Amino acid sequence: MKELSLNILDIAENSVKAKASLIEILLTQEENILTLIIRDDGVGMSKEVLEGVTNPFYTTRTTRKVGLGIPLLKMAAEQTGGTLTVESVSENDDNINHGTTVTAVFYTDHIDFTPLGDVVSTITTLIQGHPDFNFLFIHKTDEREVTLDTRELRTVLEGVPLNSYDVIKWIEEFLSEQYNPINE
Amino acid sequence: MKTLAELQAIRDKMKNKVVMREGVDDIRVVVGMATCGIAAGARPVLNAFVEGVNEAGLNDKVAVSQTGCIGLCQYEPIVEVHQNGEKVTYVHMTAEKAAKVISQHLKGGKVVAEFTAQNG
Repeated sequence: MKELSLNILDIAENSVKAKASLIEILLTQEENILTLIIRDDGVGMSKEVLEGVTNPFYTTRTTRKVGLGIPLLKMAAEQTGGTLTVESVSENDDNINHGTTVTAVFYTDHIDFTPLGDVVSTITTLIQGHPDFNFLFIHKTDEREVTLDTRELRTVLEGVPLNSYDVIKWIEEFLSEQYNPINE
Repeated sequence: MKTLAELQAIRDKMKNKVVMREGVDDIRVVVGMATCGIAAGARPVLNAFVEGVNEAGLNDKVAVSQTGCIGLCQYEPIVEVHQNGEKVTYVHMTAEKAAKVISQHLKGGKVVAEFTAQNG
C-alpha cells in the first residue's frame, strides 16, 4: 500500500464484516512513535483463526474473514522496527465483551516508514460505504487532537443517512479544518 | 469552522428530499473496495464517482456504493454499473476514466466500451 491510510481503510473493512456496531480508529503520535489501534465490538475470532491471521497463506476460504490485509499492515509496521498485534474475543466465548483489536506500532523516523497519507479520505470513504455503522476517529499528536464520532452526528441528523452527499462533504471539511485550523 | 448548526441545516434540507428519494435510484455504481481494490487505487476512483455524480446533478438517479472482492483482482480497480437488471463491468479504473463514465454512460446512456472488461 502506498499510504498507511489505505491500510487503515482495508483493516477497518474487516470490522464491518465482523458486524461491529462501533469501530474505533485511534492514531497517537508521541515523538517518533506512531501507534495505530483499530478496535471493534464485532463477532471476534476463535483462537485458531486468530493464530492464522498474520500468515498471508492462511485462508479459511469458506468465510474469507481475513486475507492479505493484516500481513500487509504487519509488514508496514515491522519494516520500521515496529510491531503488530491482534487480540480478539469471539462472541462464542463471551457474548458481551467480544470484538477484535489490531494494534500497530511504527517508528516514523525510520526510512521505511510509509507516510500516513490522506486519512480524511479514508474516514469519509468508510462512512460513505457503511453509513449504518458507527465510527470513532481520534488522531492525537503533540500539536492537536482531531476527532470525529458518528454517534454524535447521528443524534443531530435524526435519520438522515450519513452517506448523503452534503453530510459526507460536511464531515470531510470538519476533519480537514481540524487538521488545518484557519484562525489560531 | 464547521459547526453542528450547519449539519442541522443539512438535515432539514435532506429530510424533505429523503421522502422523495424512495425508489428513485435507477442506476447503481458499485466500486470494489477489498484489499486488492484499495491497493490498486479504488479510493480515488470511488471519490471521483461520489464527486462527479453530484456535480452532474445525478444524485437522485445514481447511487454510489462499495463492495468487497469481485474475484478479478488483476483487473482492479473494478467498477460495476447496474441498470435495468443489466451490468457493465469497467476495469483498471482511474479518477479520469470515472469522469468519462459519468458523462457518457451515467448521463448520456452510452457504455464506454473501451474501459469494459472485454476491452480494458
